[in-house]
Amino acid sequence: MLKAMVIDDSRAMRMILARTLAELGYEVFQAANGKEAIETLEGAAEGVSLILVDWNMPEMNGLSFVRKLRADQRFHGVKLMMVTTETQVEQMMTALEAGANEYVMKPFTREIIEDKLRLLGVLQ
Amino acid sequence: MAVLTGNASSGKTDLQPENYRFLQDCVYKESGIVIDSDKHYLLEARLMPVVKKQQLTSLNDLCNLLRATRTPDLRRQVVEAMTTHETLFFRDPAQYDALRTVLLPQLIEQRRALRSLSFWSAASSSGQEAYSLAMLLREMGLGDWSIRIVGTDLSEQILDRARAGKFLQIEVNRGLPVSYLVKYFNRQGLDWQLKEEVRRMVTFQKLDLRDNLRQLGAFDVVFCRNVLIYFDQQTKKRILEQLRGALAPGGHLLLGGAETGVSAVDWFERVSIGQAVLYRAR
Repeated sequence: MLKAMVIDDSRAMRMILARTLAELGYEVFQAANGKEAIETLEGAAEGVSLILVDWNMPEMNGLSFVRKLRADQRFHGVKLMMVTTETQVEQMMTALEAGANEYVMKPFTREIIEDKLRLLGVLQ
Repeated sequence: MAVLTGNASSGKTDLQPENYRFLQDCVYKESGIVIDSDKHYLLEARLMPVVKKQQLTSLNDLCNLLRATRTPDLRRQVVEAMTTHETLFFRDPAQYDALRTVLLPQLIEQRRALRSLSFWSAASSSGQEAYSLAMLLREMGLGDWSIRIVGTDLSEQILDRARAGKFLQIEVNRGLPVSYLVKYFNRQGLDWQLKEEVRRMVTFQKLDLRDNLRQLGAFDVVFCRNVLIYFDQQTKKRILEQLRGALAPGGHLLLGGAETGVSAVDWFERVSIGQAVLYRAR
């Protein structure tokens, strides 16, 4: 089974995204911030191929997480999608430069998530 | 245009049977769209805003008004309300992959001297399909070619939206790669405005697919996605024949995913490219 991770400090948001990904066939891991996510990726979540990550979180925000992950060769092939309330073009460009593959603005629908996953080539 | 989507349940309304048939007939005559007999919910959902706009109280009243006045504007409002406009950027990525990897490289090679290509989005709705194509062509380095992209639809209202090139956040969130969003759009408040360099590649005009389509000229690729399934068999056949006539020799027709079984064999050759199915003019 393919593995995915949802990183968001909102428990409700994690639950919504995790349920969507689970229905699409993923085993889903969750983390409340970037630091927790890195720790989880080093352990139980080894082999994760898709990560949906919020921007604004305590401890380590989404942008820092993306930069840290992209600096680590082990996670080179992981597809990273930011899912955030940040909607400025400059922020999107920053996220792309940091290594994010896609970007979803909140609020979103299930169709929006699915369409973006198709763009990433991880959903038929 | 011309797309009755949604789960049209057979929910009970107080619409009298003769009025249901009247609305079916009215929409068919004006647009060629067939409304099945179990779409009560859909009629109510789409037409109640028209009822309210006319300061009426029910669909039965609306039918009475339509019968009594024969006002073209009211009929137009009914038809436009019954034709949904759901569309999104890069709908069906497999078709755009086929364009990017096979069709467009072939066309570029063939037209290297002329540097001219033409495309038609035959049910353009609010323009996402035509603009997706325009952005793709720019990405492929064809921004300085003579590119003609025509978008047509039955609804003037939706064409005005398409021409404006302004989209809601929820629309640009769907199907559009973020790399294209940052490159080709400017944020305007809560909306997203397509840049002029893309908008100027596309022209929009009102067109009923049942009319003579030869007036538009010849196209290398025609998109006619998720439209034909809403016409009866005879109308569908006539439109397909006309679409064939609107294609340049060897041109391609792109239909919707649910339409791959369309019997287009007389005028088209079915071609598979990756996950996409296309129809090449014979």
